[in-house]
Amino acid sequence: MDWTLIIENSLKGLVGINAVYFAVAAIGMNVQYGYTGLLNFGQAGFMACGAYGLGMTAHYFHIPMWWGIPLGVLFSVLLGLLMGIPTLRLRADYLAIVTIAAAEIIRLVVRSVRFKAYFGGSDGINNFSETFRKVGTDLGIRQSAEYGFWPFRFTGRELWTLTIGWCVVALFGFIVYQLMKSPWGRVLKAIREDEDAVRSLGKNVYSYKMQSLILGGVIGTFSGMIFALDRGSVQPDNYSRDVTFYILTALVLGGVAKVSGSIIGPMLFWGLFTFVDNFMRQIAENPIRIGNFMILQSTQIGQLNYMLIGLALILLMVFRPQGLVGNRKEMAFDGR
Amino acid sequence: MGAERVCSESAKRARAALETCDRVPGSTKPDPILVAEAVRREFGGLVAVDVAHLEVQRGSITALIGPNGAGKTTLFNLVTSFDTPNTGTWVFDGRSMEKVPSHRTAAMGMVRTFQLTKSLTKLSVIENMRLGATGQVGEKWWNGLFGARWRSQEADITERAEALLARFNLSHMRDEYAGALSGGQRKLLEMARALMIEPTLVMLDEPMAGVNPALKQNLNDHIRDLRDQGMTVLFVEHDMDMVHDISDWVIVMAEGRIIAEGTPDDISRNPAVIDAYLGAHQGRSLLEEEA
Repeated sequence: MDWTLIIENSLKGLVGINAVYFAVAAIGMNVQYGYTGLLNFGQAGFMACGAYGLGMTAHYFHIPMWWGIPLGVLFSVLLGLLMGIPTLRLRADYLAIVTIAAAEIIRLVVRSVRFKAYFGGSDGINNFSETFRKVGTDLGIRQSAEYGFWPFRFTGRELWTLTIGWCVVALFGFIVYQLMKSPWGRVLKAIREDEDAVRSLGKNVYSYKMQSLILGGVIGTFSGMIFALDRGSVQPDNYSRDVTFYILTALVLGGVAKVSGSIIGPMLFWGLFTFVDNFMRQIAENPIRIGNFMILQSTQIGQLNYMLIGLALILLMVFRPQGLVGNRKEMAFDGR
Repeated sequence: MGAERVCSESAKRARAALETCDRVPGSTKPDPILVAEAVRREFGGLVAVDVAHLEVQRGSITALIGPNGAGKTTLFNLVTSFDTPNTGTWVFDGRSMEKVPSHRTAAMGMVRTFQLTKSLTKLSVIENMRLGATGQVGEKWWNGLFGARWRSQEADITERAEALLARFNLSHMRDEYAGALSGGQRKLLEMARALMIEPTLVMLDEPMAGVNPALKQNLNDHIRDLRDQGMTVLFVEHDMDMVHDISDWVIVMAEGRIIAEGTPDDISRNPAVIDAYLGAHQGRSLLEEEA
């Protein structure tokens, strides 16, 4: 068993690109769920807005890639309005239903044959990220060279995406932290506790909920952009329901209503995921046999890993519902 | 005990003005702060509220009493736009309010509390208080990002909040979560928080429910204080002793309608009220009757 490799990969998983795009999306979901109490199960839809905003610049609009950023933000603002206008006046559960449906609609529309000219169908879009890579090369980062030190050794290509990615995490982490300390954030937290009370004190609850939904969605959009730039392609099936739920899991793991939780959660999620995955792969190389029965086959590792994640989440909810950095004292007043 | 108290000038004037009013349902007041006209709310076949005319005298403490299901809380909800009536118009402080959404009524100076206390449990007591202040610059997200834009206003708000907390004996709980307060303290906090918006009309929905006798006396004094500072108080209450003790005027509702109005003494002698509300058990505590 090669422990060095397992540990190296796990540590790289902590800071890798998966952790980055999860963290950005989780910061957004934290604004909605953690601070405002809005159950947005359609974060993948907002991420798709960002990814397709970038992709469509090359595939359909034939304009420089950078226009994809405002385009993606515009898409997600529109999506936020579309989901929020009919549902934010209703109880929270309705928003959950509508958001999960809206995200699925987006995925099915962009992968449909009918709209292939706009979104590239199920093949997705592949030819838009050169501009982004070129900035990195111009700054002197060689795409295929290796940088860093053990265990954090990355190719230039990875390093460039990671640098930009962590900058985005830091930027949004800072923005959300500042906002939640402000009176604006106070209104959001109060809405999470009791919206009627907030209304009776003269705040336009509907407008604040809309702002929260859109802010969280726009942050999620940037997560989709980072993911698309890293892969160099936009695939519709990368934005399905399960992505939203893994991000939510990672957020809960870290602890809701804390900016640090929404960053640490995704890091640990991917650190653990990589660790378990690598560990099981090492076992599968020299499978333990009991008679004719093989304990673990390499084809089973993926599924088993997700089962273990589910189990971990259940245990977490039972024994540490506030997450890793959450506030135990706050949880005590949750008996509503 | 109300009579021995030194009242402010405005409170005396309100009381004198009310002396001259007719003791009939829907009687007109010399200087009403709130006037409702033909307000009707139906839930399916049930007529919850059907108020032909209602006026609340400025600067007075007006009690709204009636048996359970009389429509008192529904009337509160309608007047503060938390619910929409089927028909009806109402005017607050000279402004027509039918089209005004609930969050704006507060900014206009009409604030309400709830029968089931709504303290924001995971916010600290002081944050609960700060939330009440209206017109906060930092409540716009683009200002919220820049502390310099709202810090000075926040300091003023905090100062005002601390003064109110001191008045309501909550200073020692300043940094605790509101969820850590007792039921009675939550009532106090809710009232103090409502005062942060500097209202002219304070509407209290059962302020005494679930409050122990010692704290009740305390709350009574606070409500009188509000009037003495020039605010108008309209409150729903079942505790008849308290109603008799502090109110200047009493409005009685039953089955959605106003059935009687008058000073507390008139009301306790009014046969219609005795029939509808006090029943045959007049003179005994209502709590015993319900039990």
